[in-house]
Amino acid sequence: MIGPDDLWWVLLIKCGVLIVFLLTAFAYLTLAERKISARIQLRYGPNRVGPFGMLQPAADGLKLFFKENVAPAERDKLLYLVGPSLAGGAALLAYAVIPWGTNSWFGHIFHWDIAHVNVGLLFILGVTSLGVYSLFLGGFASNSKYSLLGGLRASAQLISYEMAVSFALVGVVILSGSLNLETIVSSQHGLWFVLLQPLGFILYFTAAFAETNRLPFDLPEAETELIAGYHTEYSAMRFGLYFLGEYINMVTVCSIATAVFLGGWLPLLPWPPFVWIPSPIWFLGKVLILLFIMIWVRWTLPRLRYDRLMNFGWKVLLPLGLVNIVITGAVVALRA
Amino acid sequence: MIKEIAKGMAFTLKKMGQTPITIQYPEEQKPVSPRHRGRHILHRYDNGLERCIGCELCAAACPVGCIYVLAAENDPKAPISPGERYAERYEINLMRCIYCGYCAEACPTEAITLGPRFELADYRRERTVVTKAELLESWPGFAEGRGPASPVGAGADQTGREDLDPGVKPRAAWATQEKSLDHQTAPHPGELGLPIDVPTVIEPGAGKTS
Repeated sequence: MIGPDDLWWVLLIKCGVLIVFLLTAFAYLTLAERKISARIQLRYGPNRVGPFGMLQPAADGLKLFFKENVAPAERDKLLYLVGPSLAGGAALLAYAVIPWGTNSWFGHIFHWDIAHVNVGLLFILGVTSLGVYSLFLGGFASNSKYSLLGGLRASAQLISYEMAVSFALVGVVILSGSLNLETIVSSQHGLWFVLLQPLGFILYFTAAFAETNRLPFDLPEAETELIAGYHTEYSAMRFGLYFLGEYINMVTVCSIATAVFLGGWLPLLPWPPFVWIPSPIWFLGKVLILLFIMIWVRWTLPRLRYDRLMNFGWKVLLPLGLVNIVITGAVVALRA
Repeated sequence: MIKEIAKGMAFTLKKMGQTPITIQYPEEQKPVSPRHRGRHILHRYDNGLERCIGCELCAAACPVGCIYVLAAENDPKAPISPGERYAERYEINLMRCIYCGYCAEACPTEAITLGPRFELADYRRERTVVTKAELLESWPGFAEGRGPASPVGAGADQTGREDLDPGVKPRAAWATQEKSLDHQTAPHPGELGLPIDVPTVIEPGAGKTS
């Protein structure tokens, strides 16, 4: 049946709304990050631009646009530009399949996501891995030792933790029997997967910190050792694109965690007044809580040493992920 | 490891609930220490006479040469200071001053001290040379950094922030002093054996003709 989802102009509107939403989310995440870090450190944070500093992201954005693009003379001219474009692009692309919820309007089922792909989870894993290229190419093309080291670390770290992320998600795929994010969310009616897969959720969320290069796993841009890692030689809006990629990746991993483990758009309890709140609001609320936890962790925990990061990824997260898969598989097989 | 992480997270969460200790500077201000070495103050005796006797010891003691004093004879009928002479002009180049306090140490009459004022930025370089009118204790509480109860005398506009206006205009207080100065007898700073770069107030645009 041709629903309103399949009309091209509906898709265009959805794309536009989503991009505006994500860019706004990026802008206000930077503000939230600064505000929360400030409160943890008994400061006020930005509070001069607009009421409570609410216009600070606009001021920052304007500054980024008008700054001079300083670039190393010996850079690789093409790859130097590919890096940041890929960072922003890959981060935005992954969001196309995130299921925001469904509504039934005028007899039609209306989906809030842009594309309801039946292998959505696989698509997300693939597209977010593209982000590695942006970090590595940026670091490589800058022709600077700090950038190169940052790029190398980024590729090693992201590939290692990609495994942990995938293994953590396999348990859910076994339980729901589908890679379609919408089906995964619908199969959590009554019981969220976080209760069936607590280990999987913890593994996923831990690895997500490494995937988004955030403390305590922000080795690719460790300030104390690498200045700013892969984006040392980037300035103005080119740096802004890396920044954007990092924050939108945060939103993406939190959205995946919400969809896969926290029941997506499903209300907390399946009866009124919880069901009166529209599904995208539920989704957004859960994402915001996870984002807050990510920021909170960043300003609490110190950075790991690089060898410990690798040890943790390969020797703790990966075996635990395997154990989780085996146990889940055994239980599902025995009950069947 | 889990226990330590939980402890740290609980600590930061607790800190998030506390009131920030930041002082919102331009709106809130911390009182400065009584021994703060900020902008200089030229004191008066309780009877209103100026303490400065124009001996120029402060200028001699100054390691960066930022003080310029031009002494003049006191009129015995209407003395300005209790000594033989007084400071006709007293100027400090705040761009040069290192706030070491040697001038206050050198002063035999405790006429000059370093006060609590520290907001000394200006849009124009010339105006960072402060004149006697601005340095002189002009109202009770001036030395403690308080504003005037009622503006008295030249330089009483200390708290009015018209000096933030970047427009070109000589300070009103200085303009009145300039007229009273005898250009015939007053020697040029260079003739007194002082280095030629001893700061004087430069009229905007005057540098082109001389």
